[in-house]
Amino acid sequence: MTTPDTTIPFTQPDSFSFDAESNAAIETIVKRYPAGKQASAVIPLLYVVQRQMKRQTGSAWVPNKGMDAVAERLGMAPIRVYEVATFYFMFNMKPIGKYHLQVCGTTPCWLRGSDEVTRACKDAGHVAGFGQTSADGMFTMTEVECLGGCVNAPILCVDDDYYEDMDYESTVKLIEALRRGEQPAPGSVIGRQTSAPVGGPLTLTDVPGE
Amino acid sequence: MALSDKDRIFTNLYGLHGWQLDAARRRGHWDGTKGLIEKGRDWIIEEVKNSGLRGRGGAGFPTGLKWSFMPKQASDRPHYLVVNADESEPGTCKDRDILRHDPHTLVEGCLIAGVAMGAHAGYIYVRGEYYNEHLVLQAAIDEAYAAGLLGPNACGGGWDFDLYVHRGAGAYICGEETALIESLEGKKGMPRLKPPFPAAVGLYGCPSTVNNVETIAVVPTILRRGASWFAGFGRPKNSGTKIFCIQGHVNKPCNVEEEMSIPLRELIEKHAGGVRGGWDNLLAVIPGGSSTPMIPKAVCDDVLMDFDALREHKTGLGTAGVIVMDRSTDLIKAIARLSTFYKHESCGQCTPCREGMGWVKRMMDRMVEGRAEVDEIDVLEQVTRQIEGHTICALADGGVWPVQGLIRHFRPMMEERIAAYKAAKGSPAPTLPMAAE
Repeated sequence: MTTPDTTIPFTQPDSFSFDAESNAAIETIVKRYPAGKQASAVIPLLYVVQRQMKRQTGSAWVPNKGMDAVAERLGMAPIRVYEVATFYFMFNMKPIGKYHLQVCGTTPCWLRGSDEVTRACKDAGHVAGFGQTSADGMFTMTEVECLGGCVNAPILCVDDDYYEDMDYESTVKLIEALRRGEQPAPGSVIGRQTSAPVGGPLTLTDVPGE
Repeated sequence: MALSDKDRIFTNLYGLHGWQLDAARRRGHWDGTKGLIEKGRDWIIEEVKNSGLRGRGGAGFPTGLKWSFMPKQASDRPHYLVVNADESEPGTCKDRDILRHDPHTLVEGCLIAGVAMGAHAGYIYVRGEYYNEHLVLQAAIDEAYAAGLLGPNACGGGWDFDLYVHRGAGAYICGEETALIESLEGKKGMPRLKPPFPAAVGLYGCPSTVNNVETIAVVPTILRRGASWFAGFGRPKNSGTKIFCIQGHVNKPCNVEEEMSIPLRELIEKHAGGVRGGWDNLLAVIPGGSSTPMIPKAVCDDVLMDFDALREHKTGLGTAGVIVMDRSTDLIKAIARLSTFYKHESCGQCTPCREGMGWVKRMMDRMVEGRAEVDEIDVLEQVTRQIEGHTICALADGGVWPVQGLIRHFRPMMEERIAAYKAAKGSPAPTLPMAAE
């Protein structure tokens, strides 16, 4: 697992306890699994920790005490939670910037110009490279593997949202908007209808019932 | 010959219409589901067998046959349906459209599949990155519960069925069915040795069947329209319709549901606006997601897009993620980037994969530069043969097949690169054996 090497100095918090919003989420989550199989909820609860940290500190990450809280809640040995948290790529084990710029660099995106998206993230976000955070704490850039949106390549995923059909200019524009506190609508930045071809669908123009 | 809209299953593939229950019903989903359930388990499995449906997640195993492996008699161990929505094979983005635009095809399919395999509960494992998609799917499930289509006596068909969404957290390996089960149980996603197969010992040690999203989502329509309708598309043993993801160096990348066995050239030219710069500008195509070896233009000229035709050319239909590369492509780099992917995604459990994927990646990085000797191409090829088939799961196979495909079809390109390096910089220093990272 590669975690961002943050340029923000950080210390592990001394404690972590679930807030009311997290507790409500946990209540819904654990009901999905059979009695005695609550360990299944470990990934969902690690997300709960990461989201709570984002709410409370502005940075989405999973501190050690957060993993301990998950272990305690699910009756698991802490080491079992640590190994899950470090095995999966989406848990940040160190603080990240306000926005997480996740550039897909796998072949389908690379063929369509993901190197330009990376370059734009560096230029506009003032990020030195993958795994780095800008000095102002606004952006952390990570190279991610295939995001599964390949017909809309290249893709830049910001936190939970996919921005599609990107190039250098649109990436710069997006980052500048984020910096201004705007939240541009996710999806294709060239106005495509999701995964339909440019210019509009060539099929599904005559759908029964619609 | 071409598939018409009335024969498309995913009529909201592009999200032009609503995904909600009322809209889904208008498009014909959840129609007569109760009657389908009441026809019973054996009828459902027989119809699915007769339709010729093969798994849409990459391996192409006959779906009806897979379902028939579930124990017939109920025991004290519950049965589980597990849906693989961990769509992570580079080049593949079809399940995403089902989840976000046509989720009720999947939800209805889960109920029917649950009946067919004697399962009262199903889990849909959605890749972590599909955050927005998982919200839509959950909302669709909530709607189905509210309408009595899920839960006790689901759809009035006399079968209790609960359906849950579970999000992964960014691990390609969790698309392997036993790794997915491990992950769902709250562990690292490391594949299990088989046998026992999941149908005997799966989720929580209980009989389970893992199916791809598209596989499950097509079933209700197959049952409504009849096995012979579905079997009427494509060549024998390659039946049905299929979502293709056409991308890379085409003029208009897109997803499209087409008939199986459609010629690759027709698929690209009709739906994706053709190859950038024209068909003659084509260099190679990866036909079925990153794990399938590439085929050069000469093969692309007339190959059909189905399991058997592609297999004849030592590649596969895989997930039908069609990655098109024109003459401007540095093919060696394209494959080296895939080697990086597989190195990154190896779970580290088996030595040939853990060490091998890193070794192959480093070797491929040198091949990109040409900083190698010609006979090292043979060493590379030989090492891939020693990795292949020597691991618990198929990740390592999928990791070396693209390299084998490159060497098979484009070895002269690799040799030229090496010659160019030598001409510019002289013979590379002998490379010491590289230790594992």
